[in-house]
Amino acid sequence: MGISQPTKAPEIIRERDEILSSQINEILELYRGERSELIPILQEVQQRLGYLPEAGLKRIARYIDLPESTVFGVATFYAQFKLVPTGRNMIRVCRGTGCYVRGASQILETLERELGIKAGETTSDLEYTLETVACFGSCALAPVVVVNDRVYGRMTTEKAQKILANKKEK
Amino acid sequence: MQFKDVKRQAVTQWEAAQNSSRPRILIGMGTCGIAAGAGDILETLEQELEKAGIQAEIIKVGCIGLCYAEPLIEIVKPGKPGVFYGNLQPELIPEIVKDHLVGDKPRSDLALGARSEIALEGIPKLFDLPVLKPQVRIALRNCGNIDPADIHHYIANGGYDGLSRALKMKPQEVIDEVKKSGLRGRGGAGFPTGLKWQFCHDAPGKTKYIICNADEGDPGAFMDRALLEGDPHAVLEGFLIGAYAIGAADGYIYIRAEYPLAIQRLKTALQQMRECGLLGERIMGSGFNFDIKIKEGAGAFVCGEETAMIASIEGNRGMPRPRPPFPAQSGLWGKPTNINNVETWGNVSAILQRGADWYAGYGTEKSKGTKTFSLVGKVERTGLIEVPMGITLREIIYGIGGGIADGKSFKAVQTGGPSGGCIPASLLDTPVDYESLTAAGAIMGSGGMVVMDEGTCMVDVARYFLTFTQAESCGKCIMCRLGTKQMLDILEDITNGRGKDGDIELLLELGQAVKDGSLCALGGTAPNPVLTTIRYFRDEYEAHISERRCPALSCKAMLTYRIDPERCQGCGICARACPAEAIRGGKREVHVIDQSKCTRCGTCLSVCPSKFGAVVVTAREEAAVA
Repeated sequence: MGISQPTKAPEIIRERDEILSSQINEILELYRGERSELIPILQEVQQRLGYLPEAGLKRIARYIDLPESTVFGVATFYAQFKLVPTGRNMIRVCRGTGCYVRGASQILETLERELGIKAGETTSDLEYTLETVACFGSCALAPVVVVNDRVYGRMTTEKAQKILANKKEK
Repeated sequence: MQFKDVKRQAVTQWEAAQNSSRPRILIGMGTCGIAAGAGDILETLEQELEKAGIQAEIIKVGCIGLCYAEPLIEIVKPGKPGVFYGNLQPELIPEIVKDHLVGDKPRSDLALGARSEIALEGIPKLFDLPVLKPQVRIALRNCGNIDPADIHHYIANGGYDGLSRALKMKPQEVIDEVKKSGLRGRGGAGFPTGLKWQFCHDAPGKTKYIICNADEGDPGAFMDRALLEGDPHAVLEGFLIGAYAIGAADGYIYIRAEYPLAIQRLKTALQQMRECGLLGERIMGSGFNFDIKIKEGAGAFVCGEETAMIASIEGNRGMPRPRPPFPAQSGLWGKPTNINNVETWGNVSAILQRGADWYAGYGTEKSKGTKTFSLVGKVERTGLIEVPMGITLREIIYGIGGGIADGKSFKAVQTGGPSGGCIPASLLDTPVDYESLTAAGAIMGSGGMVVMDEGTCMVDVARYFLTFTQAESCGKCIMCRLGTKQMLDILEDITNGRGKDGDIELLLELGQAVKDGSLCALGGTAPNPVLTTIRYFRDEYEAHISERRCPALSCKAMLTYRIDPERCQGCGICARACPAEAIRGGKREVHVIDQSKCTRCGTCLSVCPSKFGAVVVTAREEAAVA
């Protein structure tokens, strides 16, 4: 759940935030601005932009008429929300119990080593983000790794290396 | 259109499909099936059918529960029982199409079983297989048999008959029926469902809400996902029956965002219900109005707790609040609210379809009916199972599960996820019911059942669960927020070879304090995995602390990897694979691991060809570095 540091220069991020805030306005038009819509709005922004830009959170707070601190509080409470951009490829390693007893930690260590980052971090070229997830509910195929939307079951350290090699070729 | 017309149409279509002259092929396309490669199987199958010029109906079904055998297909030829093929590889498809579909010879060498009354040409009866024989499928009755994206399949199999029956009864009569069935909440705590409904029904106020808890958060559990993916209407029908009984006009389904396929299935199902007059105004022509909204969770385990879930639906941080008032009096937006989980709703529809007496015929005196479990971990046959209450853990693990994988020996079974406990071999004959599992120090929980073998370190298991609960604590109660952190620190010390005398006693004391000092069940049960592992596996804790030894050879800080010079062939595979460059040795020479560089990642062990088996792990000889 830790927030990793932005990997690009702050001014570039700020510039991009401004472009993104117009996209956020488009999203907000779909909602009436009710209190209960806060989480669905954050989810929509996260879905479309890949993260929640700071300017966007302020805009959402005004739209629903909530203190910025409340919006920030909700955005940082839930694991789904990211406050910094994530990589183009999202690699998520399941750390559910089924995966744990079948060796998920070796898979995670292998991926960390291959990518040169720790879980929760993004590579400096913004290509990969590595995360752990509580459980994907595919425990019968443990250990499980999800790359973007594709679920890979019955993982081994060799298979993990192969998946990365295939991705890098493309 | 009236429901009876919808039903007539559904039955006609279903019968026409059963009696069709075209073969039908059912393919398991749940998340697990897809992850195991069902997509490639489907593609190959379509190509081969076209090549062979066979017109077949392909139905994408949910999970039948034989996860160990995924990907899985069932071939039904006109007038013949269905034959199941499992563990499929795309290369096998042309053979199966040629022999079974073009010719008429089911491949008994590849088939898993047949859906027939007697064994068929060398293929065993599917429901006589040890994995299925002890099972009773009530909640999962349609999973794997029907197309979950077609409401007509559900209706043709008795679906919505329960709702139809309920709407002809008074709400109180429906509640009485559920009370009589003995159904208890399947989310974990086992509160009697009918009684819960009664409280909400009796609460004053016109506006009431009903919530379906599909926030299946326990790591190691996937029953609710499979049920929603495989038969969403079984859950939705139960949900409508509950709404009618308590008098709610609005319902929410709170579902994890990690389950995209289940969400998609629900959306399709709601659309089709609307088209069939089963959602909205005047449902089935009665005076009952009801609508459902889907709320996607945003990744917080604590939201499985009722009051936290309500806070989350309202748009807040999902933090629990003190009870009373219970949600039945003051829940969502301060109105009386009833929450049950997915599996409970799936049982309610069956109870109203077939009657409380039929349902109560299964199970034990205090725990009626069946329970689904996700049977995972170091067991031979992993899967989604549904068993009558009262069956023993031994029957589940050794009968259905086929015993321990890879010829290892059983150490413990974990039920109830982070709130549960580890049950040792001496208690394998414990019957599965709410009271017996609680007495054993575990809980029924929502249905995660993780089998552990001799290679699983029980101290590390406790550390693993504490890592989870500590990260998921919402932070409201001090004992949960900080007490779990202290417990985790101690467990990390022990597993890293830095344990001290008195650590076990301190864990016991802290565990009790966390239990007593937490508002909700997350904190109240978080110490359970630690307390039960100390209760049954205290010797493992003591070995870590006083001998700096991990008996399961699992805790890295206490291991040494060596290369057996007698067995090493000097192939160099390990040296090339070692990420720490800790292995030296020339071609055809015995290799040696430099212990000062070794990170004990285990790569050499996994790459050393099994015919050599030269890498050996032993308990660390020198004292661990503090």
